[in-house]
Amino acid sequence: MAERLLDVEDLQVAFATEDGLVRAVDGVSFTLDRGEVVAIVGESGSGKSVTAMTLMGLTRGPNSRFGGSARLHGEELITASEDKLQRIRGEEIAMIFQDPISSLSPVHRIGDQIVEQIRAHEKISKAAALDRTVQLMERVGIPRAADRARAYPHEFSGGMRQRAMIAMALSLSPGVLIADEPTTALDVTIQAQILEEIRTLSRESDSGVIFVTHDLGVVADIADRVVVMYSGRVVEQGTLNEIFYDPQHPYTWGLLGSVTRMDREPPHRLPAIPGQPPSLVNAPTGCHFRPRCPHAFDKCGEVPPLESHVNDDPGHLDRCWLDVAEKRTRREVEDGRIGLKANSVAA
Amino acid sequence: MARFIVRRTISAIALLLATSFLVFSFFELIPNYNPARAIAGRNANQTTVDQVAKKFDLDKPFYVQYVHTMKLIFTGQVIDYQNDLNVVDQFKTRFPVTLSLVVPAAMIWLVVSILLGSISALRVGRLTDRLVMVGAIVGVSVPIFLLAALLLYLFAYKLTWFPNTGYTHFGDSPTQWAYHLILPWISIAVLSIGFYSRVLRSNLLDTVNQDYVRTARAKGLSQRRVFRRYVLRNSLMPIVTLFGLDFALLLGGAALVTETVFNLPGIGQFEASAIGNLDVPPILVGAIFTAFFVVLFSAITDVLYAVLDPRVRLTG
Repeated sequence: MAERLLDVEDLQVAFATEDGLVRAVDGVSFTLDRGEVVAIVGESGSGKSVTAMTLMGLTRGPNSRFGGSARLHGEELITASEDKLQRIRGEEIAMIFQDPISSLSPVHRIGDQIVEQIRAHEKISKAAALDRTVQLMERVGIPRAADRARAYPHEFSGGMRQRAMIAMALSLSPGVLIADEPTTALDVTIQAQILEEIRTLSRESDSGVIFVTHDLGVVADIADRVVVMYSGRVVEQGTLNEIFYDPQHPYTWGLLGSVTRMDREPPHRLPAIPGQPPSLVNAPTGCHFRPRCPHAFDKCGEVPPLESHVNDDPGHLDRCWLDVAEKRTRREVEDGRIGLKANSVAA
Repeated sequence: MARFIVRRTISAIALLLATSFLVFSFFELIPNYNPARAIAGRNANQTTVDQVAKKFDLDKPFYVQYVHTMKLIFTGQVIDYQNDLNVVDQFKTRFPVTLSLVVPAAMIWLVVSILLGSISALRVGRLTDRLVMVGAIVGVSVPIFLLAALLLYLFAYKLTWFPNTGYTHFGDSPTQWAYHLILPWISIAVLSIGFYSRVLRSNLLDTVNQDYVRTARAKGLSQRRVFRRYVLRNSLMPIVTLFGLDFALLLGGAALVTETVFNLPGIGQFEASAIGNLDVPPILVGAIFTAFFVVLFSAITDVLYAVLDPRVRLTG
């Protein structure tokens, strides 16, 4: 078995606001091994970014409340001291953010921003750090890296900026790389290149990647395993194939059903999951997806545990009370097509 | 850069001429304004007044007077009506006093407001923050003449820690110089400290939520370094703009209240008495002087902006 990097168990993150306690993350569990890519999928507000940032301690603040645990190599991150986190950040866990223009400081040279990270963790000279920076920039495909290291972010194109972010994230060969929607702000053509870059580089350095996205196309491209989040909870997780071909949770069906498919006759309208995600302040009791789920029944008033239902496979877990056989018939909206039945939704 | 300097210089000259012309024109609009009578004195007879008018070209049309006065100003020969003294020479002797007052006061208010603004932002919502912000509001709200008078009463008259009023040249005794100026410095700085620390605090609180600050934290930098290099640095830009203008105005004589209360023979005090006596030449020179500093410091501010933010391009 590959080396276990991260072990997240029943993670909870809440923020005290004027409207009440916002439970942004409410029971998230997953693991990350060396060399694998785990995608966290969910719509906006599902808590996927908060989960990712919490692993680095970036959600800490006077109004934040935490519960559960997240361990890196067995060491607890949630209660770790700020000093310890400071060392972990950038060196053991690095993050690539969504928008490379706002995520790089506009007033510092690209090279200096990378050099700064190296020198925050290693006692080496500026010149040596700069050498390494230029090598890193070359490695992620930035041409004329020695010159470009002196440029400012606004002198870079979007794709090049994201490459610089990747170079920065990889500068200390972190074991865990978190990519928070790294391609959302980019053109589709650049998107493919950046994905390829992340995949190759993580494979070369044998790190584990947490890939946060709402794009199932990207997930299919890059992930080994998938964690599906809804309204602060993990509703289902499994290998890529399990999630795409044997999805257990109705929310996953809905997600899969609303993907445009080029290999099929197009439906008249792209199916959407009706309704809105619940408020995180006043979430419904029981299953959070219940109000939007056409298959909901009495039992759904209790929170379903995240358990294995398919062949006792410990890797494929979901939070749904329906039994497996029933799920398999209910998820077929038409021949061979998975989706969320749209006609029987209770308003 | 060369293009920037040339364009700025041309517009500066245009602005200085326009300012002086406007100021000069205002006096034409004042009813019963008769500088010749003012110069000749209260008891002068009509003949004397006419002679004075002739001597100072005050009987000519106003645009001729304007050109004439401007010529005198730029050849350094203009004299005031009150004391019959050369205005440019008086500016030369008085300007060091204003500099002594304004430059240290500006340093005090910059340093203190950066400190207070930072403390407040770092302790946002807590007692320290509230106290600083209440203090800042009080500082902004207290009129300078009141503050100056209070300081004088308390520290000079009651406690006698500081001299009453007056000015000692830096060259004569640097300690006496500072001793005489501490209260004036404070009375000028308080207003700006209040204003700047509030502006800085809100800039800091905006900047803290920027994505690049999150990136800096994610790199594993210390909180102190993140604050200094990313948060504070990017929050200081609007302060630079404010400072350029405030500093320029004060150098041009806007410290007149403080100079008057503390009896400091600076530009402001001179201007105050000139305005009281409708003494046109010093007022005109003062207006040009102020406009000059405003133009100069707005150019310096622009250059500083371009240095601080590489995205800014210098354009005339």
